[in-house]
Amino acid sequence: MRFDFKFALEILPLLMKGAAMTVLVTFLAFALAIVGGLILALLRRAHRNLDRALRLPIEFIRSTPLLVQILFIYLGFPTVGIVLTAFQTGVLAMALHYSCYLSEIYRAGLEGVQRGQWDAATALNFNTLDRYRAIILPQMVPLVVPAAGNLLVYMFKDSPLLAAISLVELVFVASKIGAESFRYLEPMTLVGAIFLVMGLATARFVALLEGRLGATWIKR
Amino acid sequence: MNKFLESATLLAGGALVTVELFLLSAILAIAMSVIAGLLRLAPSRIVRVATACYVEVFRGTSLVVQLFWLYFALPTLGISLEAFPVAILALGLCFGAYGSEVVRGAIRGVSSGQYEAATALNMGRWVRMRSVVFPQALALLLPPYTNILVQLLKSTAAASFITIPELAFRATSLNQVTFATVPIFASVLIVYFLISLAISQSMRILERRTGKWRGPVVVRAT
Repeated sequence: MRFDFKFALEILPLLMKGAAMTVLVTFLAFALAIVGGLILALLRRAHRNLDRALRLPIEFIRSTPLLVQILFIYLGFPTVGIVLTAFQTGVLAMALHYSCYLSEIYRAGLEGVQRGQWDAATALNFNTLDRYRAIILPQMVPLVVPAAGNLLVYMFKDSPLLAAISLVELVFVASKIGAESFRYLEPMTLVGAIFLVMGLATARFVALLEGRLGATWIKR
Repeated sequence: MNKFLESATLLAGGALVTVELFLLSAILAIAMSVIAGLLRLAPSRIVRVATACYVEVFRGTSLVVQLFWLYFALPTLGISLEAFPVAILALGLCFGAYGSEVVRGAIRGVSSGQYEAATALNMGRWVRMRSVVFPQALALLLPPYTNILVQLLKSTAAASFITIPELAFRATSLNQVTFATVPIFASVLIVYFLISLAISQSMRILERRTGKWRGPVVVRAT
C-alpha cells in the first residue's frame, strides 16, 4: 500500500478539527499551569514548613505518569462525587502535572534575580506584594520564558494521552479514521507532521518573545 | 481477601512488565543517544544533517503518535511487528533523540584545552574521544540524563495504547472488573514513584562513581 494523497487531503479537515481541540486543551492547561506554578513557587519561598510540606507532593506528581494521573482523575473523582468531562479532566490533569514542573522553573528564575534587587526592595521599604509585583517578577519573567516555552512544546506532545479518556483530539480522530477506513498510514503520518509544525511554530514564537523580553526588561 | 491478593498479583505482574519495558527501551535509548550525539558532531555534513533529521522527527512528533505509527501504519508498508518490540522501538528511538541532545551538549562542554592536550600527546581522534573527552562528558551528562530516564519510565505508560499489559493497562482493566478505582490507581501511582526513585538513586550512585572524571573547572577571563 502506498501513501494516498487524495485520501490524505480528504481527511485533512477532520484532522484539523482534532488539532483545534489539541491546541485548546494545551493552551488552557498551560495558562492554568503558569499561574499554578507561580503560586507553588511563591508558597515554597514563603515559609520553611510550607517548602517542606510541598516538596514531596510536587516530586510525586513530577515522577509519576501523566496518563495514570489522567485516569485517576477521570475514573476516581466520580467516586467522591466530582464528575468531570473528558475535556475538564484533560485541562485539570495537564495543568496540575505541569504546574509542578513550572514551579521548579520559577524557583530557578527567582534565584536568578540578582541579590541586590531583593536588598534594594527591602531597603526601599516595599512590602512583600509590592516587592514581587514591581521588582522581582518583572525581572524573573525573561529568565523563565525559554524553559517555560520548552514545557509548552512538551505539553503539546503529551496531549494525545487524553485519547485514553476519549477526548476528541488529533490522535483520537486519526485512530478513528484508521479504524473506519483500515488506512492508518495517511492519518498517522499527517498527525505526526501536524505535531512537528505545531512544535516548530511554538518554538519560533517563544524565541521571538525571548528576544523582545530580553531587550526591555532585564536589568544587569 | 483472596480477591485482594489476586488484584495485587495482577498489578505486581504489570509492574514487572513496566520494569522490563523500561530496561529494554533504556538500553536502546542510551545506545541511540550516544550514537546520534556523536554523529551530530561528525565531520561529514551529510551525516550531521541526517542525524539532525532523526532527532527532530522523533523529538518533534509525539511519542503516542510514534507508537500508533509503528504499530498501525508500518504494517501497511509491509513491516509488521509485535506490540512489545514496537513499544521498545518507539520509546528507545524517541528518548534516544532527546538523550542525543544531552550527549552532544556534554561533549561540547568538555573544555577545548582537553582536546588540545590530547592532540599534543599525539592521540588519534578515536583514542582522544574514548579516553579523554568521553569520560569527562559522561560526568557532565549524568545529571540531565537522570531526568530523561525518569521521563522514559513515565512514558512507558503510553505503551498501554497498543495493548501492552503493563501497569497502567492492567490498572484500567482491573478497574473495569472491581470498580475499586481509587485504591487501584493510588497504588499504581505509588509503584511508579518508587521505581522512579530507584532510577534516580542508582543514577546518583553512578554520578558519584564518575565524579572523579569530571574535568578541571575552567575560569574564563571576562
